[in-house]
Amino acid sequence: MARRLAYALQAEDIAAEPGYLQRRDPRFKTAAMLVLIVSVAWAHQLASVWSFVLLGAVLAVASRVPLRRMALQAVLPVLAFTGLIALPALFLVPGPALATLPLTGWVVTEPGLRSGLLLVGRAEASAGLALLLVLTTAWPQVIRALGALGVPAPITAMLTMTQRYIFSFLQSAADMQEAHHSRIMAPMTGAARRRMIASAAGVLFTRSLDMGQNVHEAMIARGYRGQSLSLATWRSRPADWLLLGCAVALLAAVIGLHL
Amino acid sequence: MHIPDGYLSPSTCAVTYAVALPFWFVATRRLKRDLNTKLVPLVSVVSAFCFVIMMFNLPLPGGTTGHAVGMGIAAILLGPWAAIVAISLALLIQALFFGDGGLTTFGANSLNMAIIGSFAAYGIYTLLAGRSAVTSWRRVIAAGIAGYLAINVAALAAAIEFGVQPMLFHDATGAPLYAPYPLSVAVPAMLGGHLAFAGLAEMLLTAGIVAFLQRSDPSLLERRLPADGRAGFSVRGLALIVGILMVASPLGLLAAGTAWGEWGAEDFADPAARAAIAGASLNAPPPAAVPQGLQHLSSVWTAPFPDYAPAFLKSEALGYMLSAFMGVGLIILAYLALSALFSLGRPRNGQHA
Repeated sequence: MARRLAYALQAEDIAAEPGYLQRRDPRFKTAAMLVLIVSVAWAHQLASVWSFVLLGAVLAVASRVPLRRMALQAVLPVLAFTGLIALPALFLVPGPALATLPLTGWVVTEPGLRSGLLLVGRAEASAGLALLLVLTTAWPQVIRALGALGVPAPITAMLTMTQRYIFSFLQSAADMQEAHHSRIMAPMTGAARRRMIASAAGVLFTRSLDMGQNVHEAMIARGYRGQSLSLATWRSRPADWLLLGCAVALLAAVIGLHL
Repeated sequence: MHIPDGYLSPSTCAVTYAVALPFWFVATRRLKRDLNTKLVPLVSVVSAFCFVIMMFNLPLPGGTTGHAVGMGIAAILLGPWAAIVAISLALLIQALFFGDGGLTTFGANSLNMAIIGSFAAYGIYTLLAGRSAVTSWRRVIAAGIAGYLAINVAALAAAIEFGVQPMLFHDATGAPLYAPYPLSVAVPAMLGGHLAFAGLAEMLLTAGIVAFLQRSDPSLLERRLPADGRAGFSVRGLALIVGILMVASPLGLLAAGTAWGEWGAEDFADPAARAAIAGASLNAPPPAAVPQGLQHLSSVWTAPFPDYAPAFLKSEALGYMLSAFMGVGLIILAYLALSALFSLGRPRNGQHA
């Protein structure tokens, strides 16, 4: 929980840097990143899939996003998760043999290796591009950009509030855990820990309903009548159009040329 | 359970979005109608609760840990429609800001966890809890079973989405382009982990929260968001689901081979079909000749659309769909006929014998 809170705070710092993606209009940047992620999903060739991984790295450098941060938050977790899932495919997918592992005698097949590299490459590229979007854009702006792209207003309003209360609840949960730890004298048994966690979740649910009621009354008191208005005014520049145009051209190339 | 980007093909993602869309639409419309100005604050905080719940790591018997999804407790406390919106929002936040689950696969993740999971949990809980008292143990057990089964049903849906990928999407060399494992690998692999670990976490958390609320605030187990006051299946809702299933009926064409035991008399004379029968029967060879009883009975009735393929249609997929429409139509006609028959002898409202 603490790691997630720390990541979120660091993201705000990176979003304030004067990098390439930070200077782009959030609407165009969000649309461009979504188009690029769809392009990755559509790509069929190994070279094109891994080119998107490279593109993500280039965009990260241009946007002053530390590559270490990209590695810690996207590359390594994806490699650990998807790599583990893709590993058996090297031996299980039938096809011409490429190599035989010493000692075990397991045969690595050509389609198996190709399939594994495609899966890992796609997951790496998509995770990297999605991470770049949220690291270079203040989170409320991402949600507002989704609204500009056609997501209904009640949904974006709920997303904004959900995102805000997540951190409030994470803090509450961490406080409850700390308070509990400070009152026990010995390690708890598994059953006792399960009871403690279930009770904490129950308390959190009760609090969330109370908070929802209080927030609603406060909103009504301030004149809320069920509609949300945004004061944000964005002005697009040629560079924003260029970014989106390049992303759409890449998608068209991937689909049209079967890349 | 959170499917990342890159595991499912764009067309699979599009289909899952298309299936999820009507549920999101109906759920938000019902909530908007019943909650009005409360919609945004109430659903937002509950959604944040669902998000945080997914981060609670529970110690499981055996020394390992696992985390729940919260679909069981959300569906029980809020009802399925509110749970759909709350869990979908939590999943979107996870995908957008925390990299848990993909953006292209958000439709699939919502379909599995928010929609299928919520309805499964709610249905099983309602069925098992029955009319028992709010503070009875039966409710705790029902909640635990509902959470356990719901997460496994959701995992099965994810496994099927994974498993159809290599059948449908591969390159010229046969290399799978997306998730590489067929159903025979994906289903046991997904269900193994969920039956053994994640299911236990969901069961313990769901039952634990219900037990806690029974002691601290039982009224929460009685009330539900107004949108779910009528959470039973409406005729329109049922019609929508049946409609989606009918349109999706050509998916049956993906299945390779024949169903075990559903062989026709002609299959015993066809070498390819004989090999398929032997393969499906632990390599036990089928009888050399057609069994006499099967031969005799198979000629008693000839179906108008054998193998769901009307002779006048060239497209197999259209044949499947037409068969689905005709089948559903015949069932509705039979139901109406039986209803009319049974209501003949009954007095109408307001009429007394």
